[in-house]
Amino acid sequence: MTSKNLNVKIGEMKSNTSLIKNLEVSIGRVVDDSWTEPMGPTPMPGLTTLRNWDLMLLNKYKPFYMPDCDLCCLCTFGKCDLTAGKRGACGLDIADQSSRIVLIACSIGAATHTGHARHVVDHLVEKYGRRYPLDVGGLNVKVEAPVTRLVTGIRPQTLGDLDEVLEYCEKQITHLLSVAHTGQEANNLDFESKAFHAGRIDQVGMEVADIAQISTLNFPKAEPEAPLIEMGIGTVDTSKPVIMCIGHNVVPSVGIIDYMTDNNLADKLEVVGLCCTALDNTRYFSRGKIVGPISWQLRFIRGGFADVVILDEQCVRTDIADEASRHFMPVIAASEKNCVGFKNRTNDPSDEIVADLVSGKVPGVLILDPEKVGEVAVRVAQQVAPIRKKFSNLPKLEEIKTLAKSCRQCNLCQRSCPQDLKIPAALKAASEGDFSLLTDLYEYCIGCGRCEEACPVKLGIHGFIVRAGERSMMEEKNFCRAGRGAVQDVEIRNVGSPIVLGEIPGIVAVVGCSNYPKGGKDVYDICREFASRRYIVVTSGCSAMSAGSYKNEEGKTLYEEFPGGFEAGGVLNVGSCVANAHIAGAAIKVANIFAKRNLRGNYEEIADYIHNRLGAVGLAWGAYSQKAASIAAGFWSLGVPVLVGPHGSKYRRMLLGREDKPEDWEVYDARTGNKVNVGPAPEHLFQTVETPQEAMVAIAKLCIRPNDTWKGRSIKLSHYIDLSKRLYGTMPQDIHLFVRTMADVPMTMKDEIVKILDEKGWKETVIPDPTLLPRMIRKVKE
Amino acid sequence: MSCEPWQCAEIAATKKANPIQKPEVAVAMIKKASRPILVAGSYVTERWMEGRQLIDFLIDFARASKVPVVATAHVVGEFLKRGYEPAGFMSAMDIGNRLVDPDWQGLDGKGPYDMAMFVGMPYYMEALIICGLKHFAPSLKTMTLDNLYHAHASWSFPNATLEEWAKNLTVMTSKFEGGQ
Repeated sequence: MTSKNLNVKIGEMKSNTSLIKNLEVSIGRVVDDSWTEPMGPTPMPGLTTLRNWDLMLLNKYKPFYMPDCDLCCLCTFGKCDLTAGKRGACGLDIADQSSRIVLIACSIGAATHTGHARHVVDHLVEKYGRRYPLDVGGLNVKVEAPVTRLVTGIRPQTLGDLDEVLEYCEKQITHLLSVAHTGQEANNLDFESKAFHAGRIDQVGMEVADIAQISTLNFPKAEPEAPLIEMGIGTVDTSKPVIMCIGHNVVPSVGIIDYMTDNNLADKLEVVGLCCTALDNTRYFSRGKIVGPISWQLRFIRGGFADVVILDEQCVRTDIADEASRHFMPVIAASEKNCVGFKNRTNDPSDEIVADLVSGKVPGVLILDPEKVGEVAVRVAQQVAPIRKKFSNLPKLEEIKTLAKSCRQCNLCQRSCPQDLKIPAALKAASEGDFSLLTDLYEYCIGCGRCEEACPVKLGIHGFIVRAGERSMMEEKNFCRAGRGAVQDVEIRNVGSPIVLGEIPGIVAVVGCSNYPKGGKDVYDICREFASRRYIVVTSGCSAMSAGSYKNEEGKTLYEEFPGGFEAGGVLNVGSCVANAHIAGAAIKVANIFAKRNLRGNYEEIADYIHNRLGAVGLAWGAYSQKAASIAAGFWSLGVPVLVGPHGSKYRRMLLGREDKPEDWEVYDARTGNKVNVGPAPEHLFQTVETPQEAMVAIAKLCIRPNDTWKGRSIKLSHYIDLSKRLYGTMPQDIHLFVRTMADVPMTMKDEIVKILDEKGWKETVIPDPTLLPRMIRKVKE
Repeated sequence: MSCEPWQCAEIAATKKANPIQKPEVAVAMIKKASRPILVAGSYVTERWMEGRQLIDFLIDFARASKVPVVATAHVVGEFLKRGYEPAGFMSAMDIGNRLVDPDWQGLDGKGPYDMAMFVGMPYYMEALIICGLKHFAPSLKTMTLDNLYHAHASWSFPNATLEEWAKNLTVMTSKFEGGQ
């Protein structure tokens, strides 16, 4: 590893031959060569270093564009109408423009994670010093930063080492964003390649953020049995002052928890969180509680539960301060990225800030010192709680009945609802005293509030839904396992062989946001289905919460029902958004630790390995954000397929293979150099699925890889066929494309499948040592 | 009946769907097409009209018109349960992606389709796919059979009540020889 900015100053040094006075030596960088792994071909890749790899994937999985907008309005030449082949004033057509928007989204995502990492690292370096050692799992994790090692060729060992990694990311993001300027890139596939690059950088940024906080803040260190955390609004003890933290950056929350602990207040207040801050709070403080995913923000505020609201960064509702002020909840903005228009009070005495917030003189303040945030938040919560008495202005049912009578049944609420919820019918019933339809909406409502914005008579519709669903809300008492962080090296060794050979049928990563089409239960159902089938199920972010928000027949949540290890049938929550890097890291470590492939700056070879051998699939059922786009892009670049729920279609571009084009599915057999048709495995790189049933069948199918042994392929096919029959009510049409030899055919389905193979004119083929890279072909023996 | 996009923000720019004011107009255009196809989404079992599910109306229409059906998502089984075999089933993204390919010879290998009808998907998702076809499949006409106006289609029924929707589909079915 390298160190930067070494300064040596010698006041006076005497030797037998010399006298040195006031010598000052400044060295820009010291190189530590103790890492003996040879450097691969692509350390610290630039915009075009991995372009060939990207284009190889993009040729196999061609973009299918569904422009969300026919126009471009990014410069003053515009607006330009790009409909049906027209080019804009700059020359771009709609394919270019759509891919440009994908790049912009991925760059925003990568910048956000990297900016988050920068803040965390700078703060922790200031607090703990540059030489603080990184430790993400003690002796169980020797490959501490697989993504960083792979992309940059750097093996970080201390907090200070992460600085150089981030500098690289920041430089790349600047270049990437500049590509989106008018008159830069001119080809849609080049925009796409750069979006892949943004994904690679994003994964590094996420990894840096998480390994820094795991190492310093004593988060669970790759622990399969990380503690179970109480989750749900019903778990919040509202007899105590309640501090609610929203966002993604744990640093201000740490200030709060430290202040409470130092002042023996740890059990006197409730610290609850929404979105990824909740996940990271509870990695630091197991008494913390998770309220739920981002879509619970309005519910919790309007329910009146919080006594003070702390906002950090990312996915925070930008109107939350207005909402909070209506409920006399003081707000503390704690991130320079999200100042909310509040006056910066960082340098004011805490007593004055507390007095202003408690008296209501100001609705909120900006404090950029996390320790001061801690003190002010706790003191304000303590003083405000007895005054507020959990004041809520949710209307009573009788009031709803009266107010609903003013509904004009204009349908604008339904037409503005992302879920097309039948709000007018629910309001009509409510006006007649029947609240059951409003109650039914509670589970499906994502809490965006667009219904209220659209209502011409200004009905507080979301508040009606929350009130009607109050009983369900208060019964939300579940468990989420605290984010465990990385996967241990020993876990990789244990499962590497069965995964690569296909005997563990796949790794299913259910990740991302909560923009679900019909509530979070689908996430639970999907996770449970695959854990029961002994896939490895990995969760993170809001999906990790939704996975734990429902119970089985025995009253157990998913995290109580299944083990937390990286093993067949395990369900492991890696943590918050930035912990998604550990999922990529686990895939990379299979190539490195199990298959002994060199990691250092060796991106193409590792991605080629993962793409052809590792049956991993990501599902972001409720993906909504730009960060979700960049996370997906990181996986595309590694050749890992990603599915999104129906709202994910709004990312406006899919990467789809064509199973009806055999010429698209050829790989090299590394043993001989011959080209072998391996079928559509995996069929797609990025696909929207419409229903949870479709998602489950697609997951089983997308876990199929060219390298599967006959035994592994047989297991994977049996899951694919079984799910198709159960959920589609029929056999898959494409089964012949996945059978290479008769040994691949599941024994119990043999007669049925053989009949299909005969009808399709199937012919046996070989199982290759698959690669897309000609340089990986070993010489043919003479 | 209104010709505003059902979901308020799903607007198109300069090329907007022609509204179909009468079902007979839709029938005339379907009859004029040489290779039409109907893409039916996951909502076909969730929409009810006059005590029947949308899928039942569609099966009647498909049988009468002989227009081949592609079932998306998981709904192929629902068609099979009712004794109707769709021409194919695949994800909504896959059928969209094939329809933009001018070289795709269709489910039966007999040549590209010249008209694609859509019905019964989540509104925003259907809108996006049709938008993709508007831009990238210049030889293909698109029509939506929902009771929700889709601005990106070539032709769309306006926003309509369930009763009007049922009537439209019933009239359309009756205008084909098999629906008499």
